[in-house]
Amino acid sequence: MSVLVYTESLKGKFKKNAFEVASYAYKVAQDLGTTITAVTFNAQDDATLGTYGVSKVLKITNDKLDTFNAKAYADALAQAAKAEGAKVIVLSSSSDTKFLAPILATKIDAGYVPNVVAAPDSTSPFVVKRTAFSNKGFAHTEIVSDVKVIGVSNNAYGVVENNVSAGVEDFNPSLTDGDFAVKSVEVDRVSGKVTIADADIVVSGGRGLKGPENWGMIEELAQVLGAATACSKPVSDLGWRPHGEHVGQTGKPVASNLYIAVGISGAIQHLAGVSASKVKVVINNDPEAPFFKAADYGIVGDAFEVVPKLIEKLKEFKAQNA
Amino acid sequence: MKILVCISNVPDTTSKINFTEGDTKFDTNGVQFVINPNDEFGLTRAMWFKEKQGATVHVATVGGAQTEPTIRKALAIGADEAIRVNAEPKDGFFVAKQLAEVVKNGGYDLVIAGRESIDYNGGMVPGMLATLLDMNFVNTCIGLEIDGTQATALREIDGGKEKLSTSLPLVIGGQKGLVEESDLRIPNMRGIMMARQKALNVLEPVDAPQLTKDEKFDKPAPKGAVKLVRPDNVGELVDLLHNEAKVI
Repeated sequence: MSVLVYTESLKGKFKKNAFEVASYAYKVAQDLGTTITAVTFNAQDDATLGTYGVSKVLKITNDKLDTFNAKAYADALAQAAKAEGAKVIVLSSSSDTKFLAPILATKIDAGYVPNVVAAPDSTSPFVVKRTAFSNKGFAHTEIVSDVKVIGVSNNAYGVVENNVSAGVEDFNPSLTDGDFAVKSVEVDRVSGKVTIADADIVVSGGRGLKGPENWGMIEELAQVLGAATACSKPVSDLGWRPHGEHVGQTGKPVASNLYIAVGISGAIQHLAGVSASKVKVVINNDPEAPFFKAADYGIVGDAFEVVPKLIEKLKEFKAQNA
Repeated sequence: MKILVCISNVPDTTSKINFTEGDTKFDTNGVQFVINPNDEFGLTRAMWFKEKQGATVHVATVGGAQTEPTIRKALAIGADEAIRVNAEPKDGFFVAKQLAEVVKNGGYDLVIAGRESIDYNGGMVPGMLATLLDMNFVNTCIGLEIDGTQATALREIDGGKEKLSTSLPLVIGGQKGLVEESDLRIPNMRGIMMARQKALNVLEPVDAPQLTKDEKFDKPAPKGAVKLVRPDNVGELVDLLHNEAKVI
């Protein structure tokens, strides 16, 4: 009876959230008096998971799983969960994992609670704290079923080192043609750019920037900070920026360490989507903008004057602290 | 093609969220309910299939009689028939079980649900429904074309998008992108009048286990006042982010 964790990788390299979910699983395993087993798909350096408390790795190597496939991955994880007799399965909140989680939970008759933001309130009964109402509230949810699936919110628990030695075993799930009935034709992923999901810092622009031609300074600010770029809903509705950058209640959620909003007034729907970010900075020329009530730091001023100055100051800062 | 659009009845996006009965229940007092935004994009895409490809569109919800204005709105937008499973949703799995029964009995080729509801944000009903019925499934779907029994879907992934090919029967978890915001429809008077004549069938729920239970709710701690930096002193912000917030 171990705690099972799905540690995601992309092109063989573990994602940051893999270490976070392993850290979370370690905490759950400690509470339950057991150890954790990770499942990896075509990953390299499986043994590094030991740094985050993983005692055993079930290593899956299969060319057919090079591209993510929700049903096949869910099937493989279900087989691993059964082989390990796992009672708790810990997952991330990436878009791939949110795709496979309900399939996995249904296959193994498990209750599934996503968006979990803290270590379990208790393990008997098993109660976890999760966000609800688009970050306007929290629910403390009991998972009643025997087997439990938990989706941990990005950046909520953090990465914790718990050095153990990880034994790596090959694991060969039996997959069927039915697992591949949804086929990937083409993956169009922006390379060389930080994604909103993985970013520690997100720089976001709103209608206050007046037009898509003014995004150069947002891109530059993001580049200086190693940040991802995002935008408000009106900006994506107007076609100034791609939909994939829209953050807010109906867009992507943001849970970064730092969120910088430029020319975004802070409609309630926008704030709901970004409120999980730890530190929020707003730059807006309207002192009445609602975002100032939700932010930690603010500058009331013209974005076209403030942002270039900020870029300059950050460059100086980076040069001094390099 | 027979399409079922699953509708969740949710608080309007601008609602203030409060809890009642010792913080064990969502306080619906003064709250306006609407079609879940992710479902509305799906419903609008379904209307496109109705108009361009002759599809039949039904809508279904799981909820008490108080959800009927929301489902009537879906009829006014143009759905042909509505189904309400008369039960308070207990959790995502419970809802998926109820909808699975509706889909099985209705012989639907395509089920369009929202990727998540904006109230409990579980994001699990579409995937569970597809798995219960052994139907193909695409989540965070931002584009869908159907040609005969073949389906081509676009899915939003972290940092981009993915094109997928599959076949009916299919369940999608849809979101903005399936149609544009500007394509969403406001019911007109004719639609509202016609909706009154359309069938709204009320079904009793099937047994389903409750796997998760919300014990208690709370709200985020109130935020301290914003610390303002003068626009002519931007360096101070860099200093605060480094030394005080420790995020750069």
